[in-house]
Amino acid sequence: MSDAATLSGRVRSRRPRFSPAPLLGVATVLGLLAALEALIRTGLVSPFVVPPPSTVLLAGIDLLWHGNGLEALLATAFELLSAAVLVGLIGLSVGTLLYRVTALRRTYEGWVAALAATPLVLVYPFFLVMFGRSAATIVAVGVVAGLPPMVLRTIEGFAGVRPVLVDVGRALNLRPVRVFWSIEFPAALPVIFSGFRLGLGFALINIVGMEFLINYGGLGQLINEHAELYDLPETYACIALVVVVSAVFVAASEHLERRLRG
Amino acid sequence: MTSPEPSAPVPPLSGDTSAVVGWTAALRVMNVTKRFHTGREIVTAVDDVSFDVREGEFLSVIGPSGCGKSTLFKIIGGLLGGFSGEVRVGGRSIQGPHRDIGMVFQEESTFPWRSVLDNVAFPLEASGMGRAERLDRAAHFVSLVGLKGFERRFPSELSGGMRQRVAIARTLAFNPKILLMDEPFAALDEQTRYLLGDKVLQIQQATKQTTLLITHNIGEAVQLSDRVLVMTYRPGRIKAVVEVDLPRPRSDDVITSDAFARHVAGLWRNLKEEASRGLAESEALVSGGAG
Repeated sequence: MSDAATLSGRVRSRRPRFSPAPLLGVATVLGLLAALEALIRTGLVSPFVVPPPSTVLLAGIDLLWHGNGLEALLATAFELLSAAVLVGLIGLSVGTLLYRVTALRRTYEGWVAALAATPLVLVYPFFLVMFGRSAATIVAVGVVAGLPPMVLRTIEGFAGVRPVLVDVGRALNLRPVRVFWSIEFPAALPVIFSGFRLGLGFALINIVGMEFLINYGGLGQLINEHAELYDLPETYACIALVVVVSAVFVAASEHLERRLRG
Repeated sequence: MTSPEPSAPVPPLSGDTSAVVGWTAALRVMNVTKRFHTGREIVTAVDDVSFDVREGEFLSVIGPSGCGKSTLFKIIGGLLGGFSGEVRVGGRSIQGPHRDIGMVFQEESTFPWRSVLDNVAFPLEASGMGRAERLDRAAHFVSLVGLKGFERRFPSELSGGMRQRVAIARTLAFNPKILLMDEPFAALDEQTRYLLGDKVLQIQQATKQTTLLITHNIGEAVQLSDRVLVMTYRPGRIKAVVEVDLPRPRSDDVITSDAFARHVAGLWRNLKEEASRGLAESEALVSGGAG
């Protein structure tokens, strides 16, 4: 045993180099789909209620290769990316401001929390008037829906930074801006990013909902079209593509969090 | 001011006494008083406290809980303003955090998102030192506190004692003239305390680092210090100054010696009255609140 370990205790635990959790998650989804396939094939569930997953898979491949599935997926992904950037920047700025200025926080935090519980997609007529039937309207609704959790969790993240960490920076005579970026920001990042991921989820729901509602743009519009025609495999394939977009963005946000924390 | 055996009074603080007695004050705390306004009343946490810390000296400030030790720590470290009196480092009055003072906190203060090496390199990075140089220097201090081989570990992978050593290494890395520690071993178990105290002692003896330790642990104060200042319970004043004449260099064997026991007993005689007063006031508060 090393001198260090002998001197003051054992090393608690190594960080796991391999986690079976992601593989287990994928296996669970595949298992559930296989069970559903079996239920439909054996006639226990009608294919007119839920199409077999294998048919949905083929419809999805067909949509991506021969139809306008890829175009729709990219449109939705671009709208979500735009909304994510705006939610991140505006949410971080507003959350930081509300955290720093106690009077503002006391005045507005409750209102932001109320907005988080409001179906903000209903304000879409306002954005239609402002931006017309366009991607800008869809992104705007996504941003408005994604901001409240981002703002609230940013406030919470900074409020939860242990004062002693800030004292370390102050004791080193660092300027406040340096203390913020080098200590407070990385310390608050896990909570801020949990808010960002919540905001991403809200934004995606509202983006796809808006595409569906105004029949414009990406996967929401495609779902609308196929649902109207009762093309169930294509409809479910589009819904699965929404899940893929969501999963990719969540994974990207986790990667970004790790990069920012250094 | 009383002074138990074995002890020797510090020279009075009027004028520049250091030259007369043949030592240089690295740190001077002069007539520091700090009052807090708690709404209904004004509480005097520290009252007219004056002392010097000599260059290369290990000085401990000991007192019962609530005697203003941590307030004093924050005032000297420049983290707390609004006090009367003066704190001087190297003969110059300081008004806030100062580069010459390095602070080690009671609470766990390592950055969980940084590895051991990056934690220790943080102050060097903040001062603009190049990457290669700062990592090299940080590695030296990681090794100095006995954590060689743990450079790439994160704080969550270390024990409490190891994390506190990372914090000490981080403070030593930017080479402060005075090391200021506020009960750095308070959260550790007794055995780790002694071992880590010995580690700090070895480092201090090797580097001749001027060190001011705030503690409520009598054994720790005797084990490490050249002198111990005993504070009164609220308001915090200097009650006694005790010279610890245990031979140097010391090792952890010193805690089994008769002289160590004598010093501990002497300090306890000084502290007992203050600790009792603190306990009585706490009990009165609780019973008053319950009634």
